[in-house]
Order: sequence, then C-alpha cells, then structure tokens
Amino acid sequence: MNRGFKSPSNESTSSKSTSFAIALALLIGCWFSIDPTLVIADDLPAALAKAQEARIQAIERASASAVGVFGPGSRGGGSGVVISPDGYALTNFHVIQSCDAFMKCSMNDGVLYDAVIVGIDPVGDVALIKLLGRDDFPAAKIADSDLVKQGDYCFAVGNPFLLATNFEPTVSWGIVSGTHRYQYPAGTILEYSDCIQTDAAINPGNSGGPLFNAAGELIGINGRGSFEKRGRVNVGVGYAISINQINNFMDHLRSGRIVDHATLGATVATDDQGAVRVSNILETSQAFRRGLEYDDQIIRFAGRDIQTVNQFKNVLGIFPKGWRVPIVFRREGVEKEIMVRLTGVHATEELVELMASGAEEKPPEGNPRKKDKKNPKGEPKEKPKLDPRAEPSAKTAAANRPEKYKHLFKKRAGFANYQFNLQNQKRIWNGFLRHGDFKLQQFSWRLTGKDAGGRSFTIVLADIKSGIQIDGESFVLNPEEDLSSQLAPRGSGGLLVALHLWRKMLTVEPDKFGDVYYQGSIPLGAKSFDKDSGQSLADVLVATRGPIENNFIFDKTSQRLLAMEMYPDSDVDPCEVYFEDYVVDGNLTVPGTIRFAHGTNPANTIKIEKIEFLENESTGESEN
Amino acid sequence: MNRYSVMATDAWTALRLLLSACCIVFCVACFNVATLNAQGFKKTVAQTQPRMVKIVGSGGFQGLEPYQSGFLISNDGLILTVWSYVLDSNSVRVTLDDGQKFEAELVGYDPRIEIAILKIDVKGLSSFNLDEAVDSRSGNRVLAFSNLYGVATGNEPASVQHGIISAKTKLSARRGAFESTYQGDVYILDAVTNNPGAAGGAITDRKGRLIGLIGKELRDAQTNSWLNFSIPIDQLTESVEKIRSGELVVRSDEKRRKPTEPMTTDLLGIVLVLDVVSRTPPFVDRVIAGSEAANTGLRADDLIIEVNGRMTPSSKDFHEQLSFIDRDGVMNLTIQRGKEFKSVEIKLVR
Repeated sequence: MNRGFKSPSNESTSSKSTSFAIALALLIGCWFSIDPTLVIADDLPAALAKAQEARIQAIERASASAVGVFGPGSRGGGSGVVISPDGYALTNFHVIQSCDAFMKCSMNDGVLYDAVIVGIDPVGDVALIKLLGRDDFPAAKIADSDLVKQGDYCFAVGNPFLLATNFEPTVSWGIVSGTHRYQYPAGTILEYSDCIQTDAAINPGNSGGPLFNAAGELIGINGRGSFEKRGRVNVGVGYAISINQINNFMDHLRSGRIVDHATLGATVATDDQGAVRVSNILETSQAFRRGLEYDDQIIRFAGRDIQTVNQFKNVLGIFPKGWRVPIVFRREGVEKEIMVRLTGVHATEELVELMASGAEEKPPEGNPRKKDKKNPKGEPKEKPKLDPRAEPSAKTAAANRPEKYKHLFKKRAGFANYQFNLQNQKRIWNGFLRHGDFKLQQFSWRLTGKDAGGRSFTIVLADIKSGIQIDGESFVLNPEEDLSSQLAPRGSGGLLVALHLWRKMLTVEPDKFGDVYYQGSIPLGAKSFDKDSGQSLADVLVATRGPIENNFIFDKTSQRLLAMEMYPDSDVDPCEVYFEDYVVDGNLTVPGTIRFAHGTNPANTIKIEKIEFLENESTGESEN
Repeated sequence: MNRYSVMATDAWTALRLLLSACCIVFCVACFNVATLNAQGFKKTVAQTQPRMVKIVGSGGFQGLEPYQSGFLISNDGLILTVWSYVLDSNSVRVTLDDGQKFEAELVGYDPRIEIAILKIDVKGLSSFNLDEAVDSRSGNRVLAFSNLYGVATGNEPASVQHGIISAKTKLSARRGAFESTYQGDVYILDAVTNNPGAAGGAITDRKGRLIGLIGKELRDAQTNSWLNFSIPIDQLTESVEKIRSGELVVRSDEKRRKPTEPMTTDLLGIVLVLDVVSRTPPFVDRVIAGSEAANTGLRADDLIIEVNGRMTPSSKDFHEQLSFIDRDGVMNLTIQRGKEFKSVEIKLVR
C-alpha cells in the first residue's frame, strides 16, 4: 500500500495524491480548528503547510467581519459584513426589508450589536446599515471584483438557516462559477446585474453575507440563487452582487436615501449579425440630445466592450442614477464617443410603492421564516442570547429603537434614514467653509476676466439683480422673475443664472438656499472610467431653488467646490460651470478660472483677473 | 493499491481508505500545491471553455427548459450532448464560447444511452479528444462545466463548479429508485452538477482532461432526492464511433424505391400522439383492439425507436420509413417501453 501511493505508476496518480492531500488537509483543518497549529505537522511539505496556513488566516480574518442580521422578534434575518471600522456594514435590501429602522447584529466576538439603517438600493438588493457602539470594528478588506476570474477559489461567510445561535458564522468554500452574470428581476424589482456566480453553498440566511476571495478580501454580497424545483436550498448556483457595483453606490447609500438605478433612455437589441443596436430611444433623453439615434451600434459603454444585450444591461446595472458615463457608438462605419448622464428608472414615489408591493413577494432567497413552515429546523427555536450590554427590554418593539441611539434615525419621505443625509450635508459644508466663509460677502460680487478668444467679461452678482457684460454687450437677470426663462448669454444654457445661484448658495448657506440634500458621489469627467487613471469621485449636494435644480459638486477630500450644474428644467441639458485654478484671496479661496459648457456646444473658459466683494449694495447697483 | 481501488465503490469506503492512508499521503511530494492553492482553476477553466457549447432547442413549457449543454469532440464541429426533448426540433441552435451562433444538424443518436451528436458547419475549433479522456475514481477532484439554468448567453462562458467523485458505480444499482434509460457505470458527484440545462456538460479533472458527460436530471420519486452523476466517457465511445461511422444516424432514403402499396399506421392498428412540434417523438397514443399491433403486444406509450433498423426520431420519420415497407412484407420495430428496449416483428395477416 505504501508503495502504491509513493510510487505512482503515472503522472496522473501523483496529481490525484495531491488532491487527496488537499482534501485531507481541509478535512483535518476542520476537525482541529480549535488549534490550527495541530495541522501543521513537521513532515508536511512546506508549500502545503503555507497554503493551509494562509487559508486558515484568510478565513479567520474574514469571519471576524461577518455579521448576523436579526430583525425584530423573529421577523427577517440574514447576514452582512462590516466594511469600515466605524461600523458601516452591507447586507441585502430583502434582509432588512421587514426590519424596523434598528436591528440587532451578531459578530463572532459573541456580542450582539445595535445597528441602524443608513441607505437602501431596492433594485440592486443592497442595504447599508451601521453597527453602533464601537469605532474599531473588524472591517473586511475590499478587493477589486473586476479581477475575479472563473475558477478562482472563494468562500461565503454567513448565517444559513440562522444556525449561528452562538454567533459563530458558517463558512462555505467554493469556486467562482461565472462572472459578469445578468439575472433578470424574476417577479420582483430586484435585478442582479454583473454579478458573481459561485458554487460555494448559498442557502437561505446567507443573504446579505459576504463572498470573499481566497485571500479573504471582500468581492461580493451573496443574495440570490437558482433553485426552481428543488426547494429553497443550495444547488451549487449562488449569485453575489459584485463589490465594485456596490462601491459605485456606496456614497449614495451613505446619503441615507432610497437609491435608484439608472436608465439610458434607450433600449438595445441584437440584430441578425449579432451587433447590439439601439432599438428604441426617448427623444427627451440626454443620449438622444447628444446624438445617439435608433439603429446606432453600441461599441463601448462606460469603458466596457459591448457584444451582447446582457453586457449592456450589466454595465447599466452597476451605476446609480445621475452618473455620467461615456458611450462609443458606430453609425455608417464612423465611431463617436459621447458622455451621457444616466437618469433614474423610477420616480421616488414609484420606488417606494414598488418596495411596498415587493414586500408581499418572496425575496429571491433567504427569508428563513418562510422556509420555516416546511422545515422547522430552519430556524433556531431559542432566540439568540442577548448581550448583557444590550437593552433589557429587548423583547419589546421599543428595544428596536434603543434609547441611546434614537437620535441616529430620522424619518423623511424618499429617505431610508434622513439623519445620515444631514450628517453628510454638514460634513461637506463644514469642509467647504475651511476654504472661506462667504456669508460675510453679502453685497455685490464683481468678476472681471477674459475668455480664450480675448473677449472681456464683467460679471456682477447680487441679490436684487445680476448682470454679465461681454465685450460691451450686456445681459441682466431679474431674480424676481422666472429664472428659467432668463438663460443668458445665448448658448451657455444659463451661465448668468448659474453664477447668480452660486453666489446665493455661498452667501446664505444650504439650509436657507432651498431644498438641499446630499446625493452621494459621481465621477467627474470621462477619465473616471479609465481604470488606469483611477476613479475619482466627487460629492454632490442637490439644491433646488424654485423650479431650478442645481448640483453642487465638491472634491471628496478637500471639499473644494469643483463644479455646479444648473438645470432650468428636467428635460434639458444643464449649464455646467467648472471652478478651477483656485487662488487664495485674503480669507477666501476663489476660482481663478471659470469654465462653462452646455450640451454639445463647445466649452468656454474665462480667466478671472479680479474678484471684488463690494462693501455695500448701492455700489453694485451703480456698476450695473 | 488495486485492492483498495476495487473496494472504493462508495464514498464512505473511499473516505475510510483516505483516512487510513493519510500519513502516507502527506509524505507524497506536492510539486504543484502552491499553484493550486493560489490560482484556483483559472488555467484549466480558460483552456476548457472554448470546447463548451450552449444548445437551445424545443421546450420552454411545463417546466421543460429549452436548453442544455454540450461539448465539441472534433475541431470540425461535432458536438456530443444528451439525447433529449431539447433536440426535438428542426432548429437546434448552438452557441460557442466566443458567442458565434450556428444552426446544428442532428448527426445521430443512441436512445439506449441517451446521447446525441450534433454537427455545426465550422472548422478549426478547440475540442476534446475522446481518445484522451481519462478514467477517474472516488476521491478525485473534478470540475463540472455546463450551462446550468441557461445562465450563460452569447459569449458568456459556461458555468463551472467543483466537486469530488463520491463513487464510481452502476446506475442500475439503484434500480427502481432512479428511473433512467441509462443503466451503466456512472460517477456520483458530491456537487450539485445535474441542474436544469446542465445535461450534456463536461466533467474534467483539475487539469482539464475529460472524464465524463453530465447526465440528465434524475430524481428519486420516493425520497424526492436528486442524483448528481456523470457518465464515464468510455461508456459512450462505442456509440459515438457508431454514429461517426454512419450507424445510428438518421438517413434520408431518397434513392430507395417505394412500394406501390406501403404499410400505414391504420393497417398496423396504431395511432401516434399528435404531431405538434417539428420533431414529435413517435409515441404510440392508442392501439386499435384486435389489430395486428395489438396482437403483437404493442401498447400505448411505447416509443418507436427503429423501423427495420432505421432510426425514427420523429413521427414524420416513422411515416417516411413505413412508406418504404410493402404492406405484405415483414417489419421489425424497436420500441422503448419505460426504460426497456424491445424488438418486435410484425407481419400483417391478410
């Protein structure tokens, strides 16, 4: 027997022995997991010992960040994963759908933490929650899920069938069965696009839990499986929402909003030759205004080659509403690239309504309570023991809104938790104020400069009247009248209105400007989709004053105001104004260049020679 | 070692064998362990995917998925898959790994082991060579490639799963529990490989060498459990060879002479099921009492496989074959009743 194993008659036998060894190492690893050092016997080949040790460490690290999510009473339940030391954690929307604003989360340190809802993406089936009570939570390391390849090892950590009564999560090991999979909404609004398919066991209760690569880095959030006739248990076909998609939505989720997915305003279909072509396009869409037409062939979309309709849907599915993405299309042999702002799929009210109706339907998987009727073993009979630190009245509904954390939740229509939006508004504005407080500059602002063509610009901005003079030709804006009908100068899309509102925002601060909310972050410019240049995102405050919606776009780290977009109407292109080349002027940091653009018109740049903040209103008047 | 191999006919035996041998196994040099652990199966997957195809045909109603899997067995477009209702269509479409789509022609099939060979008109493809298929045994790690649930479309690669061979055994060992036409050797797998649409997929070792063909979905009616199995390639090669050499193929017989007074179903005394799809299998719907068919013992639900040695995959083919037979001649029918195959000889008594 010894000989038989040690002297393989052919190469195949030796490789079989190798796989035996791996299988055994795994097996033994499981049995003696209390003391992993037991496995690393002295006579073990170094490579095997190293690989095994690496695997043990990856699982240990990863398991520490996994979360069991428990709804109030026995309602709901699933898994999640902590992604930042201050407790932000990801789970599925359908896991927390039946929960209140607060939930209980278990971790493998044996503690049951309070958690509060932050933001939800009902279409993408993602929810962001925040665990409370620590600022040093073990957070999962996030990987680039676009690097995941078919055949890679991966593992899921979670709470299948809510087995983890001692809060120790279940680990299931597998491989990546497919990448960039598209899964149809299947009777609900939950659409899984660009997801990762795995044969690691994903069962009810694994929903919302993490999928890790072999190194224990987060690559996705498990949420769905193919089941059909075999009952709601794993058949080796689970799907995880890619972490790269969630990253695109991350700041949107942090905004405390109910986040929507995007549409191009056009549909595509494959023709006889297999080319993906525009099969329908709304004439009110920005894509149409940028020149995309019926029957154009889509070549690239947001930096990815498009050969099938599924690929198109995959790309579309990974972006939130409001992102601007490049599209390359071909017409009569000529390729053209345009930037298109993606619009929302649903009206906010519609989304709220759909969510309510969706609650009646079965989630794609993972509501163990429903499973429970057939299989009483599916759910632990005893409620998990509560941590002594948790509120004593845990069994009552009030326990779901712990007294000391009550201030972390604020209800408001269209928001999952408005409190987090307020926090972000404050974060951005406080950051912005570091560059100067314009509240003190209440009177007229006067900007003079020249554009690239040598024309001289004089811009005067004031509460009661603003004006712009270009080489002697002047335009005046009366703020008392409808701003959306005063879009001068011609072709700018309303530069004067934009700058008037820019000054207004800076002098009155957001809460007095109008209805203001934090939207999340968006990429600024086409370069953001070039992997090598690294994606840079910018924070957006959406500020509505009267009929006019404005996006104020801030640098994510310095909170410097990078740009604003002024939409006089939802179906027209905005006037885009970019504030560049900032210079310090006393206590204030002011733009040295103002670049503006509108639709397909060529952009213009004004080099600012002087910004004056006048001392009283009458001076501003007389200048005009 | 052979002794143990023979013993290892089920998973438990294999496990015991493994455990008793563990210390020895640990001593075996593992020259590629590091690669294995760091890389997963990326390389094998990349090498195998171009050989996999997605097949779409008839179905799409009553829980019958209109798709299954297959793989290329020659670089000029021969595809091995399972013989199933999906192929009951004149329009069977095959999608390659790179997204190219083809109309496939049915070359031949063996209803006894439920395999079929399709042909697409293309050359220079990457393919499996059945002669290089390897034998495997319980305890070995395998990969399963298939288009389960029809997840992959266009140029999307087939799904890949991993598992371990639990046992190599005969399907007939579970006779009565699992209703299957195929009764020969199978590999039983510990992974859920036999999902909807997965039939016809490939089982390989971790180096990508072909081991088996993923079988159809198989459910034990009593326990409601599903079997995950694949058929060893050596069980299929004889049939594949027959098909490739012109047996078990559907022949068009334009050159044969037809008799003036041919055999008909009315004369036989059978009524076939309604011919509703382009390739309706010739199932007997009714047998007329007192007819020659009734006397011979034909029954409702019998499936006619061959007429005088010629394959009849559809009602149309059956009628066509009858038209070559003189009503006074002798006719040999091969029928399938449940999972049994029978030959009957019919001569009209006039």
